[in-house]
Amino acid sequence: MDFVLIQFLTGLSNASALFLIASGLTVIFGVTRIVNFAHGSFYMLGAYLAWTIVRAFWDWGGREPYLFVLGVLAAAVVVGLIGVAMEMTLLRRIYRAPELFQLLATFGVVLMIQDATLAIWGPEDLPLPRPPWLRAFIDIAGSRFPRYDLILAIIGPVVLALLWLLFHRTRFGILVRAATQDREMVAALGVDQKKLFSGVFFLGSALAGLGGALVLPSQSANLQMDLSIIAEAFVVVVVGGMGSVTGAFLASLLIAEVQAFGIVLLPKITLVLVFLVMAAVLMVRPYGLLGKPQAHARAASGAVEPTLRPAPNILGLAGLAALLIAASAPFWAGAYAITVLIELAVFVLFAASLHLMMGPGGVVSFGHAAYFGLGAYGAALGLRYLALPMEAGLVAAPLFAGFFGVVFGVFVVRLSGVYLAMLTLAFAQIVWAATFQWVDVTGGDNGILGVWPSAWAADKSVYLWLALALCIGGTLLLRRFVFSPFGYGLRAARDSELRAEAIGLDTARLRLAAFAIAAAAAGLAGGVYAYAKGSVFPTYISIPKSVDALLMVLLGGVQTVTGPIVGAIAYHGLFVGILQATAYWRAALGLAIVVLVLAFPQGIAGFARDRWERARGLEAA
Amino acid sequence: MLSVSRLNAFYGRAHILHDVSLEAASGEVLVLLGRNGAGKSTTMKSIIGIVRPGAGSSVTFAGAEMAGRPPHEIARAGLGYVPEERRIFTDLTVMENLEVGRQAPREGLAPWTPERLFAIFPNLGRMRDRPGGRMSGGEQQMLTIARTLMGNPRLILLDEPSEGLAPVIVEEMANAIRQLKQEGLAVVLSEQNLHFAARVADRAVIIEKGTVRWQGTLATLEDEPEVKAQYLSV
Ligand SMILES: Nc1ncnc2c1ncn2[C@@H]1O[C@H](COP(=O)(O)OP(=O)(O)OP(=O)(O)O)[C@@H](O)[C@H]1O
Ligand SMILES: [Mg+2]
Repeated sequence: MDFVLIQFLTGLSNASALFLIASGLTVIFGVTRIVNFAHGSFYMLGAYLAWTIVRAFWDWGGREPYLFVLGVLAAAVVVGLIGVAMEMTLLRRIYRAPELFQLLATFGVVLMIQDATLAIWGPEDLPLPRPPWLRAFIDIAGSRFPRYDLILAIIGPVVLALLWLLFHRTRFGILVRAATQDREMVAALGVDQKKLFSGVFFLGSALAGLGGALVLPSQSANLQMDLSIIAEAFVVVVVGGMGSVTGAFLASLLIAEVQAFGIVLLPKITLVLVFLVMAAVLMVRPYGLLGKPQAHARAASGAVEPTLRPAPNILGLAGLAALLIAASAPFWAGAYAITVLIELAVFVLFAASLHLMMGPGGVVSFGHAAYFGLGAYGAALGLRYLALPMEAGLVAAPLFAGFFGVVFGVFVVRLSGVYLAMLTLAFAQIVWAATFQWVDVTGGDNGILGVWPSAWAADKSVYLWLALALCIGGTLLLRRFVFSPFGYGLRAARDSELRAEAIGLDTARLRLAAFAIAAAAAGLAGGVYAYAKGSVFPTYISIPKSVDALLMVLLGGVQTVTGPIVGAIAYHGLFVGILQATAYWRAALGLAIVVLVLAFPQGIAGFARDRWERARGLEAA
Repeated sequence: MLSVSRLNAFYGRAHILHDVSLEAASGEVLVLLGRNGAGKSTTMKSIIGIVRPGAGSSVTFAGAEMAGRPPHEIARAGLGYVPEERRIFTDLTVMENLEVGRQAPREGLAPWTPERLFAIFPNLGRMRDRPGGRMSGGEQQMLTIARTLMGNPRLILLDEPSEGLAPVIVEEMANAIRQLKQEGLAVVLSEQNLHFAARVADRAVIIEKGTVRWQGTLATLEDEPEVKAQYLSV
């Protein structure tokens, strides 16, 4: 019984930190409708800043508890101000941009903050020296329990109570609740949205900073804090219901307790467990525990999506020329260029597969790397357990990924908007967790090595031709789908579900089919990639990999079929270019993302097409 | 007090309002009449800035140009807006809804307080702590007007205040509008219900397909059956 009590208390103390972060995220989302990826970075900054500030205070006045409290609060305030700076310089310009662009812009900020933190504090983990009062234990039911953790456990409910007072007893709080429901009406009543939004960003970021500062004594500041917490915070926010603070509280309790007991009872699958809980809650309550259906954001008036049209012939010729140049590379380029070209072919297919879901399918998959990785692991596991040769492996890859595409797709196609994006992310995290934690089968962090092509394709040049044939062939096949009756039905389902059903289309099935095809295509890309690298690793499924795919599609523009191809090439060019040029490639990439989102909200191909059409005086019908 | 001239408005590429011009003086009740889709709501949304007026449009209010300014500035200049869909904050109580509308007192006007508003809308005073989501359509309509009045406007735009209300409530609404006029407010309302309009308004502007077709006093309109037949559903 003691064990249960102790694990329960541990869960409570973890829930507090999680709640601080998630409540900030949910308040920001509620009012501004921005899913702030950088929220995890604010949490990380809170820890680093507290490390610096608390130690400075202690140097000055001794290791006193009150100085610790002051230092933690100061760190939270500084993080709050950083949040305001981000809101004023970046987000203010993109409140009307599509959701996904906002998400990407904030991911750009994640990358910049990562490098800034690395530059300022260095790569080492930074523990806070712990004076005796921070190390004290107390006796609970005969076991020793850290006193600090007990204090943490109390902080969560206290903050919940304070937030409740803020939201019900102050004008700012009432305005925040009103704006969460209808911000346009709040503006029409004379409230300056800019100030309100900045205020909300201060509050939300400061809460994240406070969370980071408070966990510092128990887990030291490190550079992995941002992405490791953000996925969990998303889960909590989604499970609680986007925009609901009380929901975030309940969800953080649920998730933290699941983790606390899971780590003891089922240590191999704790990560998977968390996401399974999320998937289960969303199945029963699609808007989370206390969430409401999104009165779908009164869209900025007149934002009509242009129709998808085949590219002009000239682009087809350009594509053919590019393909010929790539295929002839072995005769004029070096080994490195050939490697890059193989990757490029892989990413073109990867991006095109995501585009099928996002563009015609209208399903924003935030975890597309899952299917890429499943393809790669499908091939590698086939080799390891069934001794499949490359030829069979390349068949297994799309089948394996497509199979999981159907399994996950069944859940996903019922949702929409942010919830859908979050659920796809959650599934990707499940797959990632399985590859990472299930060491016996997948090799965990060390991956699976020795995934080499068959003898006839072992030569790099031959493999390039194989990769081009499979990936470009796959891409052209996807393109055929888009302009087939299936593709038109899919777009009809996206544009008006009711109307599509009225003319007899089974929209859920159409979407599921698209999901499965896209997953299989991504799986093929993953398989080709696995044999090119000779190995597979969990990183193939990480969040940044999914973001890569999104960036490629968005860079190219969702509205054109050529988009993902252009995007993959541009992105890979950017990536290879920057990677070689600078030590701070993350910051450079992040900055590039932000600039691109600000400059081309339609993507490169969309921008080019607009220019092209305008130059020729064409009016879209 | 309010002078709109050559107002054009667009939704995407659709040109909705064509050179709409109209005037409203202080202490006057002006009604915009027109069938479904005529452009009444769009006119109001363009005045308050929710829909951005096209180039060349002018909306002057109390001597200042409003066209192109953000809604909150226009509202603070003393233009109140009550939307057709009411848009009550359903999670907030009556008192909290009023708080969202509250703005600084305006020179020369007795500031509105919840107590003064409850004198005009007695129903609301009996449900101060009720969330907006648990009120009837009529009660919500009263609340949305009261909420806008908390901003102490000099002119209030009422988009179809009588729509979907029971006859008794329509009567209450007419009284409330007359009372606002007595307080010295200018009122611009939109209506399809000519009978209701005739009971509260001084002057009418008839809009069709985004263009002003006729204007004059309601007394004159009574004598022009062909105008009524052509532009109104009577
Ligand atoms: N958000 C929108 N996007 C595109 N077109 C719109 C939008 N809102 C209104 N319209 C169109 O603009 C025109 C004018 O609409 P408006 O709402 O101003 O009419 P109204 O006179 O208020 O009608 P009603 O009496 O039905 O309220 C209509 O043709 C309508 O279809
Ligand atoms: Mg209307």
